[in-house]
Amino acid sequence: MKEYTQKDAPLYEAMINQRENPIVHLDVPGHKGGRGNKELRDFIGKECMRMDVNSMKALDNLCHPISVIKKAQELAAQAFGAKEAFFVVNGTTAAVQYMIMTACKDGDKIIMPRNVHRSAINALVVTGAIPVYVNPGTNKKLGIPLGMSVEDVKKAMDENPDAKAVLVNNPTYYGICSNLEEIVKLAHKRNMMVLVDEAHGTHFYFGENMPPSAMSAGADMAAVSLHKTGGSLTQSSLLLIGENVNGGYVHQIINLTQTTSASYLLMVSLDLARKNLYLNGREMFKKTVDYADYAREEINKLGGYYAYGEELINGNDIYDFDRTKLSVHTLDIGLAGIEVYDLLRDDYGIQIELGDLGNILAIVSAGDRELEIERFISALSEIKRLHGKKPTGLFDHEYINPTVIASPKVAFYSEKEKLPINESSGHVCTEFVMCYPPGIPILAPGEMITDEIVEYIRYAKEKGCSLTGTEDLKIENINVLK
Amino acid sequence: MELWFTENHTDNVKFSIKINRQLVSKESRYQRIDVFDTYEFGRILTLDGFLMLTEKDEFIYHEMITHVPMAVNPDIKRVLVIGAGDGGTVRELVRYKTIEHIDMVEIDKEVVEVSQEYLPFTASGLSDSRVNIHYADGLKFVRSRENEYDLIIVDSTDPFGPGESLFTREFYGNCYKALTDNGILINQHESPYYNQDAKAMKNAHGRIKSSFPVAMVYQMHIPTYPSGHWLFGFASKGIQPVKDVDFDRWNSLLINTKYYNTDIHKGAFLLPNYVKKMLNE
Repeated sequence: MKEYTQKDAPLYEAMINQRENPIVHLDVPGHKGGRGNKELRDFIGKECMRMDVNSMKALDNLCHPISVIKKAQELAAQAFGAKEAFFVVNGTTAAVQYMIMTACKDGDKIIMPRNVHRSAINALVVTGAIPVYVNPGTNKKLGIPLGMSVEDVKKAMDENPDAKAVLVNNPTYYGICSNLEEIVKLAHKRNMMVLVDEAHGTHFYFGENMPPSAMSAGADMAAVSLHKTGGSLTQSSLLLIGENVNGGYVHQIINLTQTTSASYLLMVSLDLARKNLYLNGREMFKKTVDYADYAREEINKLGGYYAYGEELINGNDIYDFDRTKLSVHTLDIGLAGIEVYDLLRDDYGIQIELGDLGNILAIVSAGDRELEIERFISALSEIKRLHGKKPTGLFDHEYINPTVIASPKVAFYSEKEKLPINESSGHVCTEFVMCYPPGIPILAPGEMITDEIVEYIRYAKEKGCSLTGTEDLKIENINVLK
Repeated sequence: MELWFTENHTDNVKFSIKINRQLVSKESRYQRIDVFDTYEFGRILTLDGFLMLTEKDEFIYHEMITHVPMAVNPDIKRVLVIGAGDGGTVRELVRYKTIEHIDMVEIDKEVVEVSQEYLPFTASGLSDSRVNIHYADGLKFVRSRENEYDLIIVDSTDPFGPGESLFTREFYGNCYKALTDNGILINQHESPYYNQDAKAMKNAHGRIKSSFPVAMVYQMHIPTYPSGHWLFGFASKGIQPVKDVDFDRWNSLLINTKYYNTDIHKGAFLLPNYVKKMLNE
């Protein structure tokens, strides 16, 4: 087999070759290059349909890669500085779950920040692992959850020396980083694995002057959402492992739940995104940071808005800040982030990533042009002029330390009954209650409901926070252990 | 040898002009700029292959984009012109001695340089001492201005290309803020005729209407633009473009024009039914 370098894309090249030497397809997919579904073909394009193929000898097989997919994964591992890399086609949600399933068996403890993505807690339901939560700090003014302080992680480790792993969310959605290198040192001293949900951190591997990536910090596993800022197709992702992790075992874990019909469109997008990042990433992310820095400066000139950046760094729960993130605090113009989010879309035709009670977040990338950036800034200026009002009080939230009574798995699968929330104190919850902001679960399956929590839910509702997670969409009733 | 410049007015309609010779062709950071000498229309300027002006009919465009607002309010002192790198709009404005200050904001310096070298018939006004040229993004420039201009003229390309941001709601809103209480916004408003132009025209009108209490359009005939039927927008915080205008005052200025006169001014705001219908949709 040919020697590949980072300038190659083995899977892409094999697919080109396949396209140039068409064969008769008496296999799946049944649309046969689009002939079997013309409306879809006309909508998404002929080439796209022709390249939506099934695994075959020339194109390798993700379940057991031996040729071009294997080579493509090896190049990805090299590009990201990992021992091995796995293409993931079930989303980064799956990659996070593979990490937890690799590290933990039924009953094992895992240390994680309370503001983990729900995919991580769902993985606990699947594996039966028991969470030990660490309080992410919260910025009171902005109302956003931060990273974990080293001190809090160390305390959790000392109290739970039998924990198998630590999960770190790095960077957070808002661009906040924890002190990953120090957490790795502490964990490895205690034989704990470090798993990093790096969904928003692809650029840490390629940009200049970025916070350290999981692999460079010595973490054991990382789930990297290449599709978020790396340019691959939505739902494609990478799972990276470090020196001390058994790749064969990880591969088995992946195959427990991963599709046997992996999409070649998703996989080739990972192959080409990796090549592009390796060759052009530095320049792309420089442009991204320049755009974000410029926008921050201009937005802060508008007055009222606060587009935050590196000045937040405090060496503790904001150990570092991801400058590609463009978050703007809106409460001082008297508007909730979600209101600004809606106005941007409805009145100005600008779709941003999220709006919460106090903030909006725009994702900027090298794919943007000055036009988009200028429009965003000008639209914010207009929203302030036309809709700005006197600021009102902010939702004030205190972190409530959860009491874990049963594993999320046990709670989730147990017999349950439905109770009105205000009568549920003293029972064990079997579902989630999430609250935005600050995007930290109030309750997860297996946790004790207390008077304090019932009061918190009432207060959050009154303040207009968005509550989600329960079976009852109105969040009036909650399922508890019978 | 026959050399032709062709512009697609729609996917199914072409407009061609026989070329005598090409004078310049360059690729700026923003667009491709070409100047040709033609037999029928004299010298012509194209950007990204779209005809911007011809020596023969540019007077219609430049007179109608300037004299209409100047007749509505002859006391205009401070003017902001966005786009207009060829200089034709400024050439008409500097004929008013009463204008004290003109800011011209053009994103592409090379358009101005090419115009100064090859289109002296439009670029002549750019050297007037009241004119300040800023090479900047129009949307960005106007964002930080407040209550500063009596007149803003948006002399832009089509909304597909570097001119895109000059057709957005945020831009019109920023213009509102930049204008004085008697301020007027005039903009290149596309054409009601072919579908794609008409769509841009309707969108622009809807967005201007959401920012300005007075939002109207007026029409003229520009032979070399798609369909020849072209519109400009007139928007203000209250001033009406025909009612209450002292036309005698403008006529007393004795400005010599080839297309514009005060009767055309009144008539230009009278629109065909299909255009009225589109504007109300």
